[in-house]
Amino acid sequence: MIINSPDALESIRQEALKALSVREESNLASSTEAAGLEKGTPHMQILCCGGTGCKASESAKIVENLRESLKAHGIEDKVDVVVPGCFGFCEKGPIVKIVPDNTFYTSVRPEDAEEIVSSHIIGGNKVERLLYQDPGTGEHISDSKHMNFYRKQLRIALRNCGFINPEDIREYIARDGYKALAQSLQRDSLEVLADIKASGLRGRGGAGFPTGVKWEIARKFDAPDKYVVCNADEGDPGAFMDRSIMEGDPNSVIEAMMICGYCINAHHGLIYIRAEYPLAVHRLKVAIGQAREYGLLGNNILGTGFDFDIEIRYGAGAFVCGEETALIHSMEGKRGEPTLKPPFPAEAGYFGNPTNVNNVETLANVPVILTKGPQWFASIGTEKSKGTKVFALAGKINNVGLIEVPMGTTLREIIYDIGGGVKGGKKFKAVQTGGPSGGCLTEKHLDIPIDYESLAAAGSMMGSGGMIVMDEDDCMVSVAKFFLEFTVDESCGKCTPCRIGNRRMLEILDKITQGRGTMEDLDTLENLAKVIKDTALCGLGQTSPNPVLSTLSNFREEYEEHVRDHVCRAHKCKALLTYSIDPDLCKGCSACARGCPAEAITGEVRKPFSINSEKCIRCGMCLSRCKFGAIKVI
Amino acid sequence: MKVSCEALRQVEAICRKFNNDPGELISILHECQNTLGYLPEEVQRVIARELGIPASKVYGVVTFYSFFSMVPKGKYPVSVCLGTACYVRGSDKVLEEFKRVLGIEVGETTPDGKFSLDCLRCVGACGLAPVATIGEKVYGRLNPSDIKKIVAEFDA
Repeated sequence: MIINSPDALESIRQEALKALSVREESNLASSTEAAGLEKGTPHMQILCCGGTGCKASESAKIVENLRESLKAHGIEDKVDVVVPGCFGFCEKGPIVKIVPDNTFYTSVRPEDAEEIVSSHIIGGNKVERLLYQDPGTGEHISDSKHMNFYRKQLRIALRNCGFINPEDIREYIARDGYKALAQSLQRDSLEVLADIKASGLRGRGGAGFPTGVKWEIARKFDAPDKYVVCNADEGDPGAFMDRSIMEGDPNSVIEAMMICGYCINAHHGLIYIRAEYPLAVHRLKVAIGQAREYGLLGNNILGTGFDFDIEIRYGAGAFVCGEETALIHSMEGKRGEPTLKPPFPAEAGYFGNPTNVNNVETLANVPVILTKGPQWFASIGTEKSKGTKVFALAGKINNVGLIEVPMGTTLREIIYDIGGGVKGGKKFKAVQTGGPSGGCLTEKHLDIPIDYESLAAAGSMMGSGGMIVMDEDDCMVSVAKFFLEFTVDESCGKCTPCRIGNRRMLEILDKITQGRGTMEDLDTLENLAKVIKDTALCGLGQTSPNPVLSTLSNFREEYEEHVRDHVCRAHKCKALLTYSIDPDLCKGCSACARGCPAEAITGEVRKPFSINSEKCIRCGMCLSRCKFGAIKVI
Repeated sequence: MKVSCEALRQVEAICRKFNNDPGELISILHECQNTLGYLPEEVQRVIARELGIPASKVYGVVTFYSFFSMVPKGKYPVSVCLGTACYVRGSDKVLEEFKRVLGIEVGETTPDGKFSLDCLRCVGACGLAPVATIGEKVYGRLNPSDIKKIVAEFDA
């Protein structure tokens, strides 16, 4: 069926809302009383996370088992099983949510399906053991609203993730989907553009360029073929917000691309997505297909005479393709090498045509800015950074997951309140933001309100929103080396500072972790880093020294210890470790000697053993086998 | 290794499906790799001829992107995630153990063609870090001591 007018869209929305309203009400429910068919609840729904993270923990099998179990009980007509996108609380996945009582089950296994159906769905008794347990109080919390993980979050870009079925466009329409498009097409495109500018929305891919200004520039270049490109080449390791949005709410990206097209007078849309994201590709294809079927993509959209269509282009694994000129070359079937700007893509982009590139998360904000108004959006956040930011919280933290918070939230709130603190009660050491282009921040930065400017001032950057927490067991020299290995691997090789400079820096870092570094090396490292920052061609090269510079300034003493004392305090740099056995603690059980792969440990049973440090390969096997704490590492 | 004539016919058909358009080179390479499993020199030459571009251009693109491979992968391709979240949770040790157990380096395939070993950057299952994938299956919260058992499952 074709939706040929804004009124037709509204009547579909009203219709679709009927099916969704029970879920909307459930979100507001705060009763701890479980619903159940035997208690007279007429209609129930089971939501089971279908994001990549939960699928890796067999959530597809859970869905299958739930459906089978419902069938076995003969209640498959009374209970719907819905598969939405990511709920965000990946640490506790797979997540299963029950509507209408808003029960939030965590770490569900396929074999739990039958109990959920018989006990909760039919009997109206919650399955206590699957409820989230607050690590502080030990109390069971049955709905997400009362969990610390969700309490400080504000979900705008993720508004539909974990709520709607991403493979049903009607559910998106029910949540005011395509309303912003319908309203925009009835307004002057300059007015719509002014709203985006007034909202203060800035690019969420990393650089933070004002989106409205970008559109305004793209609008100025006139050509018969202009392109709106969605950059879905999410390459930062540890960042997965764009993937989650495409998996959980693909229509929001499509709608925003069309609004952008209307504002800049473009009729072609291209989504450049990583081939490593098969599920996101699938969901986008389904969404594009349904949008075409409903006449929301194609010619004469909503009877207004506006034409727009979208095609998908695949990446093939190259981090540099996140840079917009490299991305455009890759879409043209070439090596993804960046070129000097200007000309900017707005003037000469895809096959020389004016092209506007926006990131997925940026686009996901657009429809809701227009339906709720730019003032509403601008009221959230800090003076220069408006709205919210999605972060992928990972590493040594209790609550790994995808979170969305207002700009201006502090790192402390994110790590301790939402993230539940450092894993295993270890001491917090650093938090890395901005991926391979960002930096490591320390204890003293924890109370900075996060926005584009404050993170840059602290020597890191917003980046795409990866946030990796590190504890006392992480060696900051090794961490810097890890990021540089990544950059050296991913450097396209076009410009000398990045291709050769980064490799030289990596060699110096390697020397330091081997215990062969000198104090001069630290200065050389710093100089080299500054030269690369100033002279590299594209964003990848210009930001690649950031992990080294930020660790050098925040953890200089650790570098110096490696060089001067040949000590790695985190016990990560193998070449700097010495294993020995404390004769007072050793009981002579021989467990270490039997486990040693290098036959470096000798001794007589019931007498203290000893380690031959020349034979020792520092694998740590003895440490893990000793029950008496006799193995010492310095 | 010789590529069969039939496979080369398939490559030609794929090129034609995309109207022999050089702008579609990456899509063509994706589809050829999906069909044949890898992109050896003969295949690249056929693509170059069909699209009317130098073979060096095709080779340049194939070697630029990590997704494309010029050697066949094992029956069970092992990929260890070296994303940041997995790295800080010890994926380097997991990788070392895979190398040891399989007796191959990264980018190689075991002589019996059963396993190949690669690294990847983030599958987005950071909640399960450290993670490795074997074929479509994802293994999470790995410990180096688990690897031998996991490999044995496939070896049986």
